[in-house]
Amino acid sequence: MDVRSQISMVFHLDKCIGCHTCSIACKNIWTDRKGTEYMWWNNVETKPGTGYPTKWEDQDKYKGGWEKSNGSIKLKSTGKGRIIPNIFHHPHQPSMDDYYEPWTYKYDELFTAPEGTDQPTARPISMVTGKHMDIEAGPNWDDDLSGSPVYAANDPNLKGLTAEQKMQLSAIERLVFFYFPRICNHCLNPGCVASCPSGALHKRGEDGLVLVDQERCRGWRSCIAACPYKKTYYNWQTGKSEKCILCFPRIESGQAPACFHSCVGRIRYLGVLLYDADLIDEVANKPDDELIDAHRAMILNPHDPEVVRAAQSNGVHDEVIKSAQKSPVYKFVKEWGIALPPHIEYRTLPMLFYVPPMLPVMTAMDGNAKKNMTEGLFPDFDKARAPMEFLANLFSGGNTGKMRYALKKQMAVRQYRRAVTVGDISQEAANKMLVEADCSVEQAEGIYNLTSLCTFDDRFVIPPANREEAIQMMRDPLEFKQSVGFGLREEPERGA
Amino acid sequence: MIDKIAAFDHLNLFWFTILPYVALFTFFLVTIQRYRGKGFTYSSLSSQFLENKVHFWAMVPFHYGILVVLAGHLFGFLLPGQLLQWNSDAIRLYILEISGFIGGLFTLVGLINIVARRLSDARTKMVTSAADWVVIGILIFQIGTGLYTALFHSWGSSWFAASLSPYLWSIVKFSPEIAYVTPLPFMVKLHIIGAFVLIILFPFTRLVHALVVPNPYLWRKPQVVRWNWDRKKIRTTEFKVHE
Repeated sequence: MDVRSQISMVFHLDKCIGCHTCSIACKNIWTDRKGTEYMWWNNVETKPGTGYPTKWEDQDKYKGGWEKSNGSIKLKSTGKGRIIPNIFHHPHQPSMDDYYEPWTYKYDELFTAPEGTDQPTARPISMVTGKHMDIEAGPNWDDDLSGSPVYAANDPNLKGLTAEQKMQLSAIERLVFFYFPRICNHCLNPGCVASCPSGALHKRGEDGLVLVDQERCRGWRSCIAACPYKKTYYNWQTGKSEKCILCFPRIESGQAPACFHSCVGRIRYLGVLLYDADLIDEVANKPDDELIDAHRAMILNPHDPEVVRAAQSNGVHDEVIKSAQKSPVYKFVKEWGIALPPHIEYRTLPMLFYVPPMLPVMTAMDGNAKKNMTEGLFPDFDKARAPMEFLANLFSGGNTGKMRYALKKQMAVRQYRRAVTVGDISQEAANKMLVEADCSVEQAEGIYNLTSLCTFDDRFVIPPANREEAIQMMRDPLEFKQSVGFGLREEPERGA
Repeated sequence: MIDKIAAFDHLNLFWFTILPYVALFTFFLVTIQRYRGKGFTYSSLSSQFLENKVHFWAMVPFHYGILVVLAGHLFGFLLPGQLLQWNSDAIRLYILEISGFIGGLFTLVGLINIVARRLSDARTKMVTSAADWVVIGILIFQIGTGLYTALFHSWGSSWFAASLSPYLWSIVKFSPEIAYVTPLPFMVKLHIIGAFVLIILFPFTRLVHALVVPNPYLWRKPQVVRWNWDRKKIRTTEFKVHE
């Protein structure tokens, strides 16, 4: 057992209001530089929709992630055999047109325009070429455009849905959509790291963050093609790749990452998970329908004395273990089983999990009358406006059982709390629902608390970085005694 | 007349003795210094992200072509004896010469597309520096003189092994012998001088990316983990499992 710690995340989609505050917070800190204008390390997509970059989930087009081959797994287009032919020109590399060309406006023309009969206008100009351009796409161009034949209808997750289900999704007045905020998943089996020819991309051992060493990156661009989530980006000015760093300078000083901190809907949770790194290869190689369970199984119980001992002997700091025991992520993913990884079938073992959204289910139009679709205790999730298969394609590798479980439990908690606070449902019926949803009363209270009443400290349990101790391991703290303050670039020879 | 010959001698001395050493000295000093001091600047500086279509027709023929051509030069330099032996059979000589020539043509096609792409695409133009144009210019010059030599000064592979390889080795051994190169045709001399100019420019331009080709990737483990501290030595304090 090789116990390592991983800073992991949960996004509670039922709470996301699609305000893009997270994206702006991130952009202002990290990607407001030349060459990065088009990058959104954090972006929010409307689902169904084509996303950013356009159709990133279509791996027939981008060939990202891993696939099973001869009993093991290999990268779809960026494995060792392909590195030489692909290094000069990568055939599956997205270009700027797949994202969008960043632009600004010539605001000064508002003031300098000569007097005339028309209002002066600020024309859009490209932030790459500085020339006038016609805006044709943006990072959230399909925002709220569910039902659109251009965007929503081309969502790769609609694969496998019946024509009727697809029609339902776009029928007027029955449109349904939800928001899908995305950052780097800081995967356990990252495609970007495995594909990096220079060894610049790496996983930080202590907390599992996936980072790009800017000094080592040579701009071979393999990571961009290899990441199935398209969360590594190419800085066209520096010729280096960049990606979400989970605001590690903030995390190291005990602050939540900017996108987490600024989240208006409070949908984001962050905490440590302990996992068994020996199992990575085995889990990533499981058949599609076993992936979710195997991924969950490699996450270890931080309260188990054996796990704690193994973690300690592996150098996981005591404070980190304590932090893992309080992790909200552990509860959502492991104890409650209501948070699911996005596109587990890409086999990168993402460590960002999503609580699936509760979408309108109950009614359907029957002629001119609204008809209640609910029969029995639970609404029939299979008759939901957003088809179960669609959600399952996104968050459980097509495994509708896992999706139904997560939705059912959330619904049971709602009904249980309704019985407690409103009282129009009998406590008995509510408890029956809980039992049916595999949820104890304590669990229901826990889910309710962490969903609705969670404070800052409940949502973000940030492990101490123990930087001071790390430094002591590498350097003698007295090394710089008598030399602090006024340093010298070159030692004087005189009077030595 | 005698003065003219003397002047030529001085010129030959400059181009084929002094220039090579200046080139090699600059090359080693600046590449190492740049790698140590400004390692960040070692990048392919790819522009595929900005323009994805012509890029294929530029980069693929250029790189494969120039790899064939360079491999041929390296073969002649390192193993002149074996090269002459290989060329002793006419068919094999033709095969070698034709492959080299095709490699040169590929490089030229690639270069033409590179120029066309960098002139026509507005975004790519933005990331094209003056140094890029100098490098492209010299590469075209080298391919031009090289292809001319291959066409009009037949069986270059053989006389490269016989006279240029010993000349290059004499440079390496610090006892330059210009006698090998002085009788060579004008176009060949231009090609040699161009090569040394390219070596001088090499460390100052984007060409350095060729020095950081990622060969260790082929035998490293797929996943890379970096530890900031030695996790076996980390201090642990008394810790209770359930608090």
